[in-house]
Amino acid sequence: MDWIVPLILTVITASTPLLLSATGELITEKSGVLNLGVEGMMLIGAITGFAVTVSTGSAILGIIAAAIAGMAIALIFAFLTLTLMANQVATGLALTIFGVGFSALVGSGFVGFAIEPLPSLHIPVISDIPVIGPILFGQDFLVYLSIFMVIASGWFLTKTRAGLILKAVGDSHDSAHAIGYNVIRIRYMATLFGGAMSGLAGAYLSLVYTPMWAENMTAGRGWIALALVVFATWRPGRLLAGAYMFGCISVLQLHAQSAGINVPSQFMSMLPYLATVIVLVIISSDITKIRLNAPACIGKAFRPAQ
Amino acid sequence: MIRLEPRRQHSQKMIYLSPLLAIVLTLISGAIIFAFMGKDPIEALYTFFIMPINNAYGIGELCVKATPLVIIAVGLAMGFRANVWNIGAEGQLTMGAIFGGGLALAFYDSTSVFLLPGMFVMAAVGGAFWGAIPAWLRTRFNANEILTSLMLTYVATLFLSYLVYGPWRNPEGFNFPESRAFPDAALLPIIYDGTRVHLGAVFALLIVAGGWVLLTKSVVGFQLRVVGQAPQAARHVGFRQKRMVWFTLLLSGGLSGLAGMFEVAGPIGQLQPSISPGYGFTAIIVAFLGRLHPIGILFAGLVMALTYLGGELAQISLGLPSAVTGLFQGILLFFLLGCDVLTKYRIRFGSVSKSGEPA
Repeated sequence: MDWIVPLILTVITASTPLLLSATGELITEKSGVLNLGVEGMMLIGAITGFAVTVSTGSAILGIIAAAIAGMAIALIFAFLTLTLMANQVATGLALTIFGVGFSALVGSGFVGFAIEPLPSLHIPVISDIPVIGPILFGQDFLVYLSIFMVIASGWFLTKTRAGLILKAVGDSHDSAHAIGYNVIRIRYMATLFGGAMSGLAGAYLSLVYTPMWAENMTAGRGWIALALVVFATWRPGRLLAGAYMFGCISVLQLHAQSAGINVPSQFMSMLPYLATVIVLVIISSDITKIRLNAPACIGKAFRPAQ
Repeated sequence: MIRLEPRRQHSQKMIYLSPLLAIVLTLISGAIIFAFMGKDPIEALYTFFIMPINNAYGIGELCVKATPLVIIAVGLAMGFRANVWNIGAEGQLTMGAIFGGGLALAFYDSTSVFLLPGMFVMAAVGGAFWGAIPAWLRTRFNANEILTSLMLTYVATLFLSYLVYGPWRNPEGFNFPESRAFPDAALLPIIYDGTRVHLGAVFALLIVAGGWVLLTKSVVGFQLRVVGQAPQAARHVGFRQKRMVWFTLLLSGGLSGLAGMFEVAGPIGQLQPSISPGYGFTAIIVAFLGRLHPIGILFAGLVMALTYLGGELAQISLGLPSAVTGLFQGILLFFLLGCDVLTKYRIRFGSVSKSGEPA
């Protein structure tokens, strides 16, 4: 049973970036904004986090910078779609294309650099308990943050006044506006939150998951995060389950080879993408469930009547 | 205070002016970025946008790069008009290359004149097949085509990689991950000596013409526009949205497949792990820059092709990373989407609203 603890640890590492970015996107979408630029925001977070960590030697500074960079790029999206009312789908795609190019450009100077990985929690005695110790009490702080954020988001959406307002804005912007809420400002904030979370997710990839920078290193995880939000039918609790399920699938793919399963590696690498399609199909075919949970105004531009 | 005041109807002038404005703004940002990177902005812009096309060979290369972009973008634009968001063109391109290229490899010693036409058919079928999957998943299971078509792109790329590393690897090669070179009968003829411009460029023009006829003269084109702009109205008059999803995904998939085959039977001449520098994604920008209109797409394709050439040249002569191309493409799309606000709205300064003005 020696292999089980390292296996669970890799699953946690593989799931955390998905959970971080999907939580951010869930809040963004709940406000009625569909930001398809998650992949781009993650890449920008990844290179910013890495570059700042290499330059300053501090992973904490790197992580903070990644969150700020994610917000900055989300601000461009918000300005275009909320202020200038550009098409959200097209702008999200633009964000991803821009993110790929920008991160590759900045990153070309950082290929091959090594960094100190993010330190993990270590509580004497408790972290040394076999099995449970390293899994529950031996993670880096972003893992705990990701779990905290998804729980906090669930609490925020169901138990707080601000969360209810956010959902109202996402479900009927005209009514929310009529009551006197500032729809645009609330959507700006939700979009920026999504950007910060995607930035963190990117930093997790370049600072913890594979502590290095490589072009396009997100490899579609931003899109998988978007699918996870649908999978979770916009409910944070199910997001947690979904992210960890995908974490398992992507780790399975790495371990199948060593376990002696004789399938070409390319087919194993297809698994997360195929699983995403299958999951989407299963969830989406229940149209009533989607209608009940999806924010009614998602992707629609709002222009306050004058 | 700046306010946006809706126009009664879209400004015709701005529909044409906003792409040009976006290009100018992108050039200005480019100059700033180059200066920031310690390069002389004028020299860098000259290297990027003028030098690649100041000779006949360069213009030929421009056409070679524009060919797949234009072909794919014409198909995508039809879908975008009907609110069908196929962003997996890169995968459909790859499947077209696999199907078309597979035929060439199956008859690698053939000299038949039917080989190339056969590859056309196979490529279109392969691309359309890969586009049919998201269409089926959307119409049958309500699954979002944006996500499914994109996921299938990764699957297609991995499948190509499997083929060229495995069963389709050149048995007489040196273990490189590439297929046999295609036979001459499977290669697209060069239409202008001294360049690499191939028959695909002619097809690109035909597809532009066909797309224009489809969009402006046919009932289907009319339905596409109605379904996209007024889905409710479309339902009332009985235009079936599902049929539009199928039509646009099969069309854009088939065209992307064709573009993929043109790449492997044209400039590349064999199958290899990487057959496209992201044409399927760049074509999305081309479609928007061309105002989702086939004629506009023709010009937009040439502009975007130039960013590829400029990126290559900037890499060689200025030592800039080739990623500059992607950066420019993203910035251009940002500006374009931002400038589009001018077609629908008037910008007013001051806070007094005076509505009811004739547009």
